[in-house]
Amino acid sequence: MAVLNVNGKSLQANADPRTPLLWVLRDTLGLTGTKYGCGIAQCGACTVHIDGVATRSCQVPLSAVASGKKIVTIEGLAQDGKLNRIQQAWLDNDVPQCGYCQSGMIMAATALLAAKPNPTDADIDAAMTNICRCGTYQQVREAIHAAAKA
Amino acid sequence: MTIQTPVGRRGFLATAVAGGFSLGFSFPWTSAEAAEVQELNAWVVIHPDDKVVIRIARSEMGQGTLTGLAQLVAEELGCDWSKVTTEYPTPGENVRRHRVWKNFSTGGSRGIRESNQYVREGGAIAREMLIAAAAAEWKVPAAECKAADSKVTHSSGKSATYGQLAAAAAKLEPPKEVTLKDPKDWKIAGKPLKRLDTLPKLTGQMVYGIDVRLPGMLIAAVHACPVHGGKLKSFDGAKVEKMPGVKKVLSIDSNAVVVVADTYWNARTALEKLPVQWDIGKAGEIQQDQITAMLKEGLDASEAFVGNKAGDAKAAIDGAARKVEAVYAFPWQSHANMEPMNATALYTPDKCEVWCGTQNGEAALAAAAEAAELPVGKCDVYKQMLGTGFGRRGRADYVRQAVLVAKQMPGTPVKLIWSREEDMTHDTYHPTTMCKLTGGLDKDGKLVGLHVRISGQSILAGLAPQNLQKGMDPATFQGFAAGGAEAAYGYNVPNLLIDHAMRNPHLTPGFWRGVNTNQNAVYMECFMDELAEAAGQDPLAFRLKMLKPKYAAVLEATAEKAGYGKPLPAGHFHGIAQIMGYGSYVAGVAEVSVSSDGVLKIHKITAGTDPGHIVNPAQVERQIAGSFVYGLSAALYGEITLKDGAVEQTNFDSYNVMRMDEMPRVEATLVPSGGFWGGVGEPTIAVAAPAVLNAIHKATGKRVRILPLMNNDLKKGA
Repeated sequence: MAVLNVNGKSLQANADPRTPLLWVLRDTLGLTGTKYGCGIAQCGACTVHIDGVATRSCQVPLSAVASGKKIVTIEGLAQDGKLNRIQQAWLDNDVPQCGYCQSGMIMAATALLAAKPNPTDADIDAAMTNICRCGTYQQVREAIHAAAKA
Repeated sequence: MTIQTPVGRRGFLATAVAGGFSLGFSFPWTSAEAAEVQELNAWVVIHPDDKVVIRIARSEMGQGTLTGLAQLVAEELGCDWSKVTTEYPTPGENVRRHRVWKNFSTGGSRGIRESNQYVREGGAIAREMLIAAAAAEWKVPAAECKAADSKVTHSSGKSATYGQLAAAAAKLEPPKEVTLKDPKDWKIAGKPLKRLDTLPKLTGQMVYGIDVRLPGMLIAAVHACPVHGGKLKSFDGAKVEKMPGVKKVLSIDSNAVVVVADTYWNARTALEKLPVQWDIGKAGEIQQDQITAMLKEGLDASEAFVGNKAGDAKAAIDGAARKVEAVYAFPWQSHANMEPMNATALYTPDKCEVWCGTQNGEAALAAAAEAAELPVGKCDVYKQMLGTGFGRRGRADYVRQAVLVAKQMPGTPVKLIWSREEDMTHDTYHPTTMCKLTGGLDKDGKLVGLHVRISGQSILAGLAPQNLQKGMDPATFQGFAAGGAEAAYGYNVPNLLIDHAMRNPHLTPGFWRGVNTNQNAVYMECFMDELAEAAGQDPLAFRLKMLKPKYAAVLEATAEKAGYGKPLPAGHFHGIAQIMGYGSYVAGVAEVSVSSDGVLKIHKITAGTDPGHIVNPAQVERQIAGSFVYGLSAALYGEITLKDGAVEQTNFDSYNVMRMDEMPRVEATLVPSGGFWGGVGEPTIAVAAPAVLNAIHKATGKRVRILPLMNNDLKKGA
């Protein structure tokens, strides 16, 4: 039985230590906002923050995060019912289409703005490698710039 | 959005809080009656607090149809947009109510263009019933009452909200005829409103099929024979039955093995260890070069289905001053839906329920009933959000699988999830074709004859052979049709022959966003540039001499917006393309540069569309921008190949798609001319590749005729 720090809460996770964090979050803890897209760190749909770093959770075994590392998922971004500024910019710019990749996009963009408060287009290109098959990239870029100014 | 559950005929969501009586005067009907949620008709439900629930039969998968259809109903209903929510009726409910919601199928960019008339009528009928209820209560003529902003008002100043009127209105006979608003008077439709379904997508609360959780649910991982059409010979379940979390190891349909476990990871881990033997047969010997040879043979075959014919193309080409010929090739492509296929099923001997994302709820219901061997009336499907559709989720193979598994575990809900690898190797692929185009130019450079020979795969032959017409697949000629309102050929060519030598490999084809317009636009629009070059004319001017008016208008508007013909930054070049598809006329202008070492940069896309009417310009712009990501991903990287009869690509590392750093700026130009309803989810995809390929030729002198682009060397001198 591993104990995880997820979204500020201490949660027990009864799973094999080799299980990827993605599936611990989804199946064991019921946090389904983190999405499965490829399982090989290509698409970014499973991006979460581990100690503040945007990380593809399909590549992180449970054993690597059971030592008190701070995990934040899409469900943990809004505080007291208030969206964070990236989520708000996403809402204001009507970014998502199907929305399936957007949890990962928002986690990646939140980490980007924490590291670079005023990212250039090149910074965005480098940090935002998530796949969106609907093709929301243009709105994602605009929303990141809008959030940076907010 | 919560997990959808069955909807009752009246008073569903009956737990909704009553209230919202903001006006001071009382009504004669009892408060208990007024407190009830009222269904005015299949499309419109009104709550006492004025909340309006608009029922949406089509599936939302990112394309915005849910918001657009709600706008159309709300426009006619005359309600306050801020009070609108939406709900899916279930396919089972549609059967029980004699298909009151008509077609659930969501493909072919049909959501709005096919149902706009009857959903608007639904809104208008409800509005007239509300007016009639108010007029009866006030004992005034209905003609003196008006409905707007969720209120009926009388010229005397009397006023009542829809929530107050709904109970009385629901008792009235619906009017037989209603007059729909003129689109020029629209206040809700036609406006760039925000989508209704965004917030839960930002917080992780939106429930996609893969997110469904039911009490006691188990999770299944599946692996079907890697060669399409192959069978399961044997498997040794005992080898993995004791692995952590494993509950059952089984087979379905004699072609797939399944491990059911407590979590997906445990199911998948055991499945990977499961010893399996396949009976692959002859298909296991097929290699990609055999497919290429098969298609090449069709380019000159004597027999072919004729899709469009005028005059005598062969004689005109033979007699022409100049002959131009080129052969193009278009590969198989995977949908690569963001959310892999999945469905959750709960079976008991007298009931079968399915929770899934589907583009066709009724097809999913039929598949569930067939797999469960139960009457349709004992089954239902609860539609969840789709993590993209692209045509793939119109097929219910994954629903069938989930039900077949659940049937072997009665009473236990089972969520069946395809791995990305399973998804990519068991897709229904964009069909592969080749095309030989032969054109004859007269001495003035006028196109006098054109023969377009398509050779290759038919989607209908693979998926729905019963829909072939005397063996011919009319959909192959999408964008090349002789006429009609769907996908007609736009050029006036006096002698024309477009025909199809059908060649069907064993790999299952499918409808793939944009479908056959995608390769047909590459063939025609790239060859138009080749003809223009041979004629010594500008590609735009060459096209405009032959294009019919609506096609020409969109192309000209798009070219003008792009600044076509005006000076560009050094090293930048424009390429153009146009087509009609899904009832809309579209065009694209690509601005590209190619470095001396062959690196392509797509700087900007200008895209125009005339879909007749536009219900939400902001969402149309997003569909256009997204359609270029889809179309350019295919043009740059999209290629599925076979080895030993099986698909070689398994994940995004071997099947790349466009990321943000490659995405050009897309500027949409919307030129709706009114009078018809065209689709917007697909048509602009088709112009993405040819516009870019034509620009690449300007930049490099190279004609890329075999897609994808990644297999072509654009380096100078290469």
